[in-house]
Amino acid sequence: MDGYYAWMIVATALVLMMTTPALALFYGGMTRSKSVLNMMMMSYVAMGVIGIVFVLWGWSMGWGGDGVGNGNGSFIANPFHMFALHNVSTSNYIYVLFQLTFAVITAALISGSIADRVKLSSWVVFIVGWITFAYFPIAHNVWGGGWLYAHFPNLDYAGGTVVHINAGVAGLVLALIIGRRVGFMKDPMKPHNLTLTMIGAGLLWFGWYGFNVGSIVFTSDSAKSAAKFSEQFYSETGVTFMNTTLATMAAMLAWLLVERIVHGKATSLGAASGVVAGLVAITPSCGAVSLLGALIIGALAGGVCSVAVGMKFRFRLDDSLDVVGVHLVGGIIGALMIGLLGTNTSPQGKDGLFGDMNGLLYGGNATLLGHQAIGVLFTIVVSGLAALVFGLLIKYTIGWRITEDDEVEGIDFAEHGETAYDLATSTSRLGSSSVLSSSVKEGVSA
Amino acid sequence: MKLVTAVIKPHKWEEVREALETFGVTGMTVSEVSGYGRQKGHTEVYRGAEYDIALVPKIRIEIVVDDGDVSDVSDIVVKAAQTGRIGDGKVWVSSIDSVIRVRTGERDEAAI
Repeated sequence: MDGYYAWMIVATALVLMMTTPALALFYGGMTRSKSVLNMMMMSYVAMGVIGIVFVLWGWSMGWGGDGVGNGNGSFIANPFHMFALHNVSTSNYIYVLFQLTFAVITAALISGSIADRVKLSSWVVFIVGWITFAYFPIAHNVWGGGWLYAHFPNLDYAGGTVVHINAGVAGLVLALIIGRRVGFMKDPMKPHNLTLTMIGAGLLWFGWYGFNVGSIVFTSDSAKSAAKFSEQFYSETGVTFMNTTLATMAAMLAWLLVERIVHGKATSLGAASGVVAGLVAITPSCGAVSLLGALIIGALAGGVCSVAVGMKFRFRLDDSLDVVGVHLVGGIIGALMIGLLGTNTSPQGKDGLFGDMNGLLYGGNATLLGHQAIGVLFTIVVSGLAALVFGLLIKYTIGWRITEDDEVEGIDFAEHGETAYDLATSTSRLGSSSVLSSSVKEGVSA
Repeated sequence: MKLVTAVIKPHKWEEVREALETFGVTGMTVSEVSGYGRQKGHTEVYRGAEYDIALVPKIRIEIVVDDGDVSDVSDIVVKAAQTGRIGDGKVWVSSIDSVIRVRTGERDEAAI
């Protein structure tokens, strides 16, 4: 079906945009001005590293089987079976690329919990190990027809477990292993540029339509007739688009409302955060619930996450940009709420792949909720273990942290030899670095 | 010769400048500064975390004037910068020994 194929190309490009630049902007604005470049670089580097790893052995480990998503019911798939897309038809490349973008952003999401303080080289080593032993197996089990799918099929339309809970748990474990930033809870560490964060959140929202609406890819079954799939495409994309939109709007407003009541003011960071929390929660559920369900899930995610992000201070946990409070909490809300709000009238219900889809509030039994909970637990355990092993391995070998002096001076200069801003006011001529840059110019041209 | 230094609220700067120009002050030095007085700073909340912002942005104006103009200039600044609320700033006067105009080398009163 040409329209479907064309949409998948667009959706894939949209999800690529979510990491670079959307997530890089969203996170970058929230760091201090001395570490914004490093924060953005963690996303950009994840794009390069994970993208290549995915093509080499990721697709094989996730979707190993016949190359189009039919799994083997086992916990893990052979990384060498389709190494470097061996025997994968070029007409399936776009599906490989679509999945590639998901792996990339999952790795990049983790970086928010360890802002300002880790060596770029250690980050690269970690994401390669973690993506291989956490992301690929989990994707295989949830989407690729692996062990979990065979025994406890759980509904994850676009990545509530595979992407958000997965990244949230890894972020939590890494924040614990790597430790707090110098001066955490003592020095002010407020966001340095919320306009970047607002732009990033807006771009994430836009790109997320590729993420969620593009995830119709999972329900495209080669056994279906063309006419049947065509009909499904038309009805399903509208619903997932609508649910994604409504949940995000509700979450943003809910976050702002909680802020207004608790702190007296609705903030721009609250709006940006609410948008992301809503998108996270509707990610697993956008194909399983009604419009009303989407509104409830969004409002719940916005409200709960806005409270959850403040909890880290009680535990003195430096999850710097709230990967846990937004992605882990939001992901769990979305995954579990399917057990309550899932309905047979939703796209996935009509599709019939998952049997009775009615959640508890729609008169169903607790099986669905049980499977959702098992999916959440499975992801937490696998992701947590992989993060623990690779986190500790790096801590006791190459080390995670830059030196304390470098951290205080700013990681941008220490790790990259750059500073983000050279802002001179209109009356100031002191800020420009004319002398140095002219000598650099000579050096380059020579 | 005296140096009149005023630290005022940023949004009052245009009014102060206009008032000084009307009086006949021909030049001044202006800088963006931060500080705090009795008002202290303020609190900002980001994702539920409260930050005490100690420093408040201010504008500092420096004017060199003849001894005879000191009280007029000071009064003009105070009048134009006043809102009556806490955080309006301060004006102070200090003596200076000599002034030289860079372009001509003129000294003291001739250089003002």
